[in-house]
Amino acid sequence: MNQIVEKVLFSEKVAKFVVEAPRIARSRKPGHFVILRVDEKGERIPLTIAGADPVKGTIVLVVQKVGVSSAKLFELNVGDSILDLVGPLGKATEIHHVGTVLACGGGVGVAPMLPIVEGFKKAGNRVISVLAARNKDLIILEDEVRQWSDEVIIMTDDGSYGTKGVVTVGAESVIQREPINECIAIGPAVMMKFTSLLTKKYNIPTQASLNAIMVDGTGMCGACRVSVGGNTYFTCVDGPEFDAHQIDFDELIMRLGGYSSEEKIAWERYQ
Amino acid sequence: MSTNKEYLQNEREKEWRVELRKKIANKERTAKERVRMNEMDPFERIKYQNREVNLGLTAEQAQAEAARCLDCPNPTCMEGCPVSINIPKFVKYIEAGQFLDAAKALKETSALPAVCGRVCPQEKQCESTCFYTQKMKKDPVAIGYLERFAADYERESGFMSIPEVAPSNGIKIAAIGSGPASLSFAGDMIKLGYDVTVFEALHEIGGVLKYGIPEFRLPNKIVDVELNNLKKMGVKFVNNFIVGKTVSFDDLKAEGFEAFFVASGAGLPRFMGIPGENYNGILSSNEYLTRVNLMNAASDEFDTPVIRGKNVAVIGGGNTAMDSVRTAKRLGAERAMIIYRRSRAEMPARVEEVHHAEEEGIEFINLANPIEYFADEKGKVNRMRVQRMGLGEPDASGRRRPIVLEGSDFDIPVDLVIVAVGVSPNPLIPSALSDLKVSKWGTIEVGEETMQSSIPQLFAGGDIVRGGATVILAMGDGRKAAENMHEYLQSKHQ
Repeated sequence: MNQIVEKVLFSEKVAKFVVEAPRIARSRKPGHFVILRVDEKGERIPLTIAGADPVKGTIVLVVQKVGVSSAKLFELNVGDSILDLVGPLGKATEIHHVGTVLACGGGVGVAPMLPIVEGFKKAGNRVISVLAARNKDLIILEDEVRQWSDEVIIMTDDGSYGTKGVVTVGAESVIQREPINECIAIGPAVMMKFTSLLTKKYNIPTQASLNAIMVDGTGMCGACRVSVGGNTYFTCVDGPEFDAHQIDFDELIMRLGGYSSEEKIAWERYQ
Repeated sequence: MSTNKEYLQNEREKEWRVELRKKIANKERTAKERVRMNEMDPFERIKYQNREVNLGLTAEQAQAEAARCLDCPNPTCMEGCPVSINIPKFVKYIEAGQFLDAAKALKETSALPAVCGRVCPQEKQCESTCFYTQKMKKDPVAIGYLERFAADYERESGFMSIPEVAPSNGIKIAAIGSGPASLSFAGDMIKLGYDVTVFEALHEIGGVLKYGIPEFRLPNKIVDVELNNLKKMGVKFVNNFIVGKTVSFDDLKAEGFEAFFVASGAGLPRFMGIPGENYNGILSSNEYLTRVNLMNAASDEFDTPVIRGKNVAVIGGGNTAMDSVRTAKRLGAERAMIIYRRSRAEMPARVEEVHHAEEEGIEFINLANPIEYFADEKGKVNRMRVQRMGLGEPDASGRRRPIVLEGSDFDIPVDLVIVAVGVSPNPLIPSALSDLKVSKWGTIEVGEETMQSSIPQLFAGGDIVRGGATVILAMGDGRKAAENMHEYLQSKHQ
């Protein structure tokens, strides 16, 4: 159960895992996530599914080492199994024919964005993808995104690859050049906040996929609550995607730090 | 499952029962004082998250208490039991010293006696309809303590009896969720010969018994023993599986499942919608208790974190609120407070829990309601504003309605707030079935007597129907659903 059949290192801290999960592989749709627990002592952590092969019965997860739990997962190898894996969770992305879609992915956010890009392309849209990261090594899944995009723009903070600058610089250049009907933003909360501010200026409907703190992932705990349009929603059952222009990103960023002091202690103990 | 009068009468007329009744005069029986539960010292017990407060009765205590029971010809106590335990039978077995037989009698109708003996609100159920309570205005027979005694005795004896199971009828059925409603349902259906699979979304089986109720009230190993019994009887458990998500109902039907019992619980915590409620350090009781109970967050060896507050406020007056505040005390809170908008008399929590909380130094700020939270520059809660309440006329629940006393606001410094003001039904199942009839509150609508939903092969019970109740009411639903699903499937297979 949940055996890792392939592991590809994207960088020192980012890896792709192909995991045996036949039922999830068959039922998942773009936008869905899973909750997993590496071992008996582990946390339950959410990860958005980056792809699936229903025939082989596998799903793709992309993991970035940021804390104890992601580090434990990162260290697993082909042949190892993830103790607990449940899903697919959350609401699937609403994919339809809208015209031109601008997909903005930051860092490992490109992984969950990939199936969405694929979905929009297959639905007959023109898709322009902007991939952004701190440097060249952290740009992931470029070829895969390219396969489902009419155009791919690469942005790096240090200019080591593509154009130097943040995601919004690349996005704005596209918006100023041609009409965009819908925008998708997935990545770090700050990146989504600024992407959202940009598209709001141009009145482009935008969906952002949130990476809130979760425990159960089924609506039970409320750790993942987020303010959207002044109302509180649960990211796990109401999301993970919401109308970006209505999201209170500052609150989201604040809430993502809700256990930072506990996490720091755990990290020190782990090392 | 027979609980009819004739059956009870026959049991009561068995020789051993008749002899036992003659042994002690009723006058002598009623003159005895109710036994007191042996408890761990409050100052000692608050140091441990996982040590049980109640220590159980000794055999002598249990037999003496059982002797108080008059073995009434019309055992009204049973009317108060949602799973119709043959109470006089098991109590009299205890009096006779046949403790293993007492445990067997419990298991005729209850899948979880060691659990019920610990967490049932007996004062509102069997003990409230005991002859002593109703007719003599005396303390009732301690039925709950005795139930626990019999179940514990059996477990510790090493001679656990496994209830008899009918030969397999080959009919596949599923229970969704693995809490008390499902376990009770599964126990009854496996006895009837069905092929029963229980699907659970979490990694642990047991539902609220595992993620919700703390170990100082219900140790996990007690739950595991009861789960093992069900496994030995043939019930299959599948964890990490969300029906309606991992697979659809249609997939399960294609795999041969002929009927479903949905007991997916009240998995959506309610918040109050007041300013500042999304600050860090303010969480639902579900989150807090799940972190500590299911994820072992209080232990350094486990990866899941939990916030350890010094000044902890728990909002609410139910059992979940008591569980949360007593957990906070055990995790080192200097001030652990209950903030409740009505008075102690209206508190829905079990009397014993409130009493234990008081012994442990929990502060009760009753007739008070939070109206706003404040935080430091990092967004971590540091203060709450509370409004004084008065009590008005009784409301629909029969309890006096809290009314706001204007201009009575005051602030309390807090660094952890746990909101325990109730739960809403989990939307996962209803949203997976478009033709399922649900109420405006999101609960699944079922026939009151049949537990059958608008989809004939789908039955439901527990909190997904009730919207937030007790372990034993959920178990009662499970039994009722089992009986009616059995009838439904038998008529279909004729």
